[in-house]
Amino acid sequence: METKTAITANEVICNTLQEIAQNNPQLLVLTSDSRGSASLTQFITRYPERSVELGIAEQNLVSVAAGLARAGKRPFVFSPAAFLTMRSIEQVKVDVAYSNTNVKLIGISGGNSYSNLGSSHHSLQDLAITTAIPNLEVYTPADRFETMALFEYLATSSSPAYVRVGKRKLPDCYHEPWENFQPGRAKVIRQGHDVCLISAGETLYSTIEAAKLLEDQGISTCVVDLVSIKPLDTQLLHKLSEIFKRIVTIEEHSIIGGLGARVATITAQHTGTCQRIFGFPDESAISGPQAEVFDYYGLSSTKIAQNVRSFLKD
Amino acid sequence: MNEKELTKKAYELRKDIWKLIYESKTGHTGSSFSCIDILTALYYDVLKQTPETFGQTEADSYIQSKGHAVEALFAVLSDRGYFPKEDLANYSGFKTQYIGHPTNKVNGIEMNTGSLGHGLGIGVGIALAAKQDHLAKQVYVLMGDGEQAEGSVWEAAMAAGNYRLNNLTAIIDHNGLQISGATKDVMNSEPLAAKYEAFGFDVKTVSGNDPAAISRILRTKSAESKPQLVIAQTVKGKGISFMENQANWHHKVPSKEQYEQGLAELNSRLEEL
Ligand SMILES: Cc1ncc(C[n+]2csc(CCOP(=O)(O)OP(=O)(O)O)c2C)c(N)n1
Repeated sequence: METKTAITANEVICNTLQEIAQNNPQLLVLTSDSRGSASLTQFITRYPERSVELGIAEQNLVSVAAGLARAGKRPFVFSPAAFLTMRSIEQVKVDVAYSNTNVKLIGISGGNSYSNLGSSHHSLQDLAITTAIPNLEVYTPADRFETMALFEYLATSSSPAYVRVGKRKLPDCYHEPWENFQPGRAKVIRQGHDVCLISAGETLYSTIEAAKLLEDQGISTCVVDLVSIKPLDTQLLHKLSEIFKRIVTIEEHSIIGGLGARVATITAQHTGTCQRIFGFPDESAISGPQAEVFDYYGLSSTKIAQNVRSFLKD
Repeated sequence: MNEKELTKKAYELRKDIWKLIYESKTGHTGSSFSCIDILTALYYDVLKQTPETFGQTEADSYIQSKGHAVEALFAVLSDRGYFPKEDLANYSGFKTQYIGHPTNKVNGIEMNTGSLGHGLGIGVGIALAAKQDHLAKQVYVLMGDGEQAEGSVWEAAMAAGNYRLNNLTAIIDHNGLQISGATKDVMNSEPLAAKYEAFGFDVKTVSGNDPAAISRILRTKSAESKPQLVIAQTVKGKGISFMENQANWHHKVPSKEQYEQGLAELNSRLEEL
């Protein structure tokens, strides 16, 4: 979609991990015939002894990572989100989360990244699945600054975590590097008083663009970045539900069990603010060029703005 | 079809695949060229299945476990009349059913694949049902050699051996490559023949880019009550010189110059035949 900078989340991660690896000899990168798709070639060329290739075997990939972590290593596991959160999910639950091993699971090409490859390659349920597992943090960064800060945090944290990133080049949502990343903190990135839009990951940029369109039409729009899907910024969500009569969530995920559902669970038990959830319906998503697919499902900036407007009129 | 006709057909189909990928700007090029001779043998000489009988319980089954080579499957199915060739104009387009992996919304495709390591287990299920219902059908499953790293492949192989499914034929497109490079370097799965034999299979090896040879092997049913494995020794990207044995052509799309050069190579090969 819209691109300003020419960098993908994968490239940012590869650069950041190379920096961190200099002072962290235990850091490892694990792949499942996925090093090219994860843009990790640079890391692996620079630190061949810090990479472990497991072949096309995503279940074993996660179990091996858990074993390595148990033995004191810091494995970062890279595999397409669709396989990592479906094929390997019991390994994630038992070997990583339940056993509390310090494994960072990076789901690449997440959401609808592999649009034209069909449902086998879509990961539109990964947030639902991973957030349902106790002792697993879940993040979806939106731009290069946030991704960098997130990975610096992950390198120092000892909690199991799942991160979903996409395949596209990321436009900037922020203007400068972050001081630090705090788990469980959401960010208000645009002030407004008529409606509050909450998004995360790659849809955040379209949400910001939609907010600008709404602003042009006289609708003052607040935008919140919910990068930390778990733990959740309950405090901020409570506050938002006190301030706003209408909240809209926007996500590259099924409307079942994703970001919108997470928000609704919190606000429904607080003020019961009226909410709309924009995401993928409960169906096997259509295929095609990604921008057209997003527009079809109402997730382009123009469609978001249009649907927010009609929600406000309801 | 005789030997020459089969070889010729496989090269004509390569032209269709090449065009499909070039025009849609997406596809698993090397993977499709690797297995097209296997699909040619199956669909023009071996499978007891036609567009009319497809889906009937007696018809043979084909499951493409290495689903990413869908362009090869689409080329064959459209040429055999399962659906009109014109339909492929919308390959990978908006709301299309002709997506980048096999889906059973398309006539001629039994199961949706794309996530590796599922096909053999599905094949076991269909073969078991045929045994239960006393049907004389054969089930064929095509896998990749990189795919052999999936544990589920071996769970399925164990079940196939356990139930002595002699109506099941697994085929491995043994091109020695996967996305990241040589399979023996990424995750060595050899010796495949000895492993499958140990799991109870009757294993044969064939020159995998020779459709006539593949057809002969597939038509020879083993006397033993064992599932069969045919290891097809293939060359990834077979048929276009600059693509052969190059891992980076796994899902690369040709440029205009490459397209024309490749097309010229395919045409001159067809003239020789
Ligand atoms: C479960 C799963 N993991 C990863 C992938 C991504 N993927 C698609 S093709 C491929 C390589 C396949 O190699 P191989 O089986 O040797 O087939 P080839 O194309 O070389 O014939 C991979 C890893 C996938 N489709 N499914």
